[in-house]
Amino acid sequence: MCCSRLLSSASMSAAGEELPETHVLAVDDSSVDRALVAHLLRRSKYRVTTVDSGRKALELLGVMLQERNVSMIITDFWMPEMTGFELLKEIKGSTELKEIPVVIMSSENVPNRISRCLEEGAEDFLIKPLQPSDVSRLCNRLFR
Amino acid sequence: MAVFQLQQQWVDLISALFREEFLDSQFTQLQQLQDESNPDFVVEVVTLFFEDSERLLNDLCSTLHQRVVDFKKADAHVHQLKGSSASIGAQRVKNVCVSFRNCCEEGNLEGCLACLQQVKHEYTLLKSKLEALFALEQQIVAAGGSLPTM
Repeated sequence: MCCSRLLSSASMSAAGEELPETHVLAVDDSSVDRALVAHLLRRSKYRVTTVDSGRKALELLGVMLQERNVSMIITDFWMPEMTGFELLKEIKGSTELKEIPVVIMSSENVPNRISRCLEEGAEDFLIKPLQPSDVSRLCNRLFR
Repeated sequence: MAVFQLQQQWVDLISALFREEFLDSQFTQLQQLQDESNPDFVVEVVTLFFEDSERLLNDLCSTLHQRVVDFKKADAHVHQLKGSSASIGAQRVKNVCVSFRNCCEEGNLEGCLACLQQVKHEYTLLKSKLEALFALEQQIVAAGGSLPTM
C-alpha cells in the first residue's frame, strides 16, 4: 500500500509500533446508508468522513490532496448527477487520486455492473445493506 | 407499570413486528450494532429513515401527479425508498417498492398510484409501531430496567 496516502499522525499498536490512522471517505446519497456505513467503519476504529454526492467527494479529495490522508473511498453505485461508477472513473483517471482504493456498494446484484466496476479498477463490490463481516473482510484485506 | 410488565410489552410488540413481517433480520443487525458507545443508534437510523421516506413519498406524489409523468424520476425515488427500507429491515415497505418499481418500468400510472397508496399505508403503519416500540424502550430505561435480549 502506498504510504504517502497515510497520515503522519499515528496511534500505537500493542507491540509499540506506530499504526497509521486509516481515513475512509464514504459517499452515498442516502442518509440512512451513510449512517450505517459510517457506524460499521467507526466500530473498526477507522476515521470516517461522509458526503452525499460524487461531486462533493471530488471537491473534498481535491482539498485533501495536500494532506494525502484518504486511505479508501467507499461509494454507492446509484446516485443522482454522478454515479459511483462515474466517480470511480474520475478517481482512476486522476494521477493524484488513482492509487486510492475504491469500493462500490449497491443494493442490486447485477453481474454486468459488478464486472464493469472491477474492470474499471474498483477494489471490491459490496451488496447493500452492508454487514459487519463485509467491512471487516474488506479492511483486513486492504489495511492489514 | 412495573419494569417487568413494560419489558413483556416490548417483547410482545417486537415479536409481532417480526411475525407480521413489518421487520426482517436487517433490523436485528441494527440492534446488534447498538452498544454503550452508541446507545441510540437504532433510533437515530430509524429517524433518518422516517425523514427520508416522508420526503420521498411527497416527491413521488408530486411526480405521479404531473401532467406528463416522468416514470424514470419516479423509479429513482422508489429505488431510494427501497434501498433505505432494506437498510433498516422494513420488509413490507421494501416489498411494495419492488412492485412499485415494476409499475414504473412499465409506465403503468394506475399501478404506480395504487403502489403509492400501498407504500404510504405500510410506511404509516410501520412508523406508528416503531414509535410505540421506542416509547416503550424509553419507559423501560426510565424505570431502571434494560431491554430484553431477543
